[in-house]
Amino acid sequence: MGFLTGKRALITGVASDRSIAYGIAEAMHREGAELAFTYQNDKLKGRVEKYAAQFGSSIVIPCEVAEDASIAAAFQQLGEHWDGLDIVVHSIAFAPKEQLSGSIVDNTTREGSNIAHDISAYSFLAMARYAKPLMAGRKGSLLALSYLGAVAAIPNYNVMGMAKASLEAGVRFMAADLGPQGIRVNAISAGPIRTLAASGIAGFRKMLDHFEKYAPLRRNVTIEEVGNAAAFLCSDLASGITGEITYVDGGWNILGMSGLGEE
Amino acid sequence: MSDIEERVKKIVVEQLGVDEAEVKNSSSFIDDLGADSLDTVELVMALEEEFGAEIPDEDAEKITTVQAAIDYIKAQPQK
Repeated sequence: MGFLTGKRALITGVASDRSIAYGIAEAMHREGAELAFTYQNDKLKGRVEKYAAQFGSSIVIPCEVAEDASIAAAFQQLGEHWDGLDIVVHSIAFAPKEQLSGSIVDNTTREGSNIAHDISAYSFLAMARYAKPLMAGRKGSLLALSYLGAVAAIPNYNVMGMAKASLEAGVRFMAADLGPQGIRVNAISAGPIRTLAASGIAGFRKMLDHFEKYAPLRRNVTIEEVGNAAAFLCSDLASGITGEITYVDGGWNILGMSGLGEE
Repeated sequence: MSDIEERVKKIVVEQLGVDEAEVKNSSSFIDDLGADSLDTVELVMALEEEFGAEIPDEDAEKITTVQAAIDYIKAQPQK
């Protein structure tokens, strides 16, 4: 019996079988969770339905996180399928592509910054608001996906780093706010992974090569590894953990300097 | 069929979930093989992985047919 048996999880952000959210869905399904999925727009609907079916789920709901009404409607619809909810996985981020290269000082626009923060950080908070009533009386768990750019300067990641910093601060504030109701809030900060979203980041291939060369584990991490950590963090095995940013990055974040003497 | 041609076609079949017989050199990913814009991004990612190449966006936009993919890979320095 899996360690998520009896849990119900809403997974956002599946766009392909390379998506981090797909790896999370796979691990949660394996551990016995029942899954529901959201999709952003009609273009993605068919894809998400296909992946949902792989995990024995037919609950596939539209949710455009830029709109409060859409988030509200999504949770209302979810409530028609399920009388309670245990897990929400937020695996959503966006910034206009031209915001993700070159000089952050020269290139970042007010609008680009607003969009990045709105979609990548605020939406987690907004989803929590609507998830909360469905989690009443259960041991709820909210999980977001972050990246090292939240706490360190990474070439080209730019305003998305600011948005991830906001997301991580949100994890702490939300954990403090929701803890008394038994709801835990955590994030995983994953190493670079080739996803559709990452294809928008300039020089991403070089990042992967660099990471592989110098990370303590000397390799990149996989969506399966992020999925396993996510399944754990959202399970009762992690019942004492909240407000944490867990790194699944082969140890990269502990380095102060890399590669000396190995050239 | 050259080795590169065969590998490119295999990737197209896998990524787009189409029948091998449908994949002709002249096939357009979007018009003939029913790919959407996300499919084409994933296709380019799969080509990069298979051939250890980095395909910049401005080049990726031009890879719209099976033949264009084969030509692009052939023009890369072999690893």
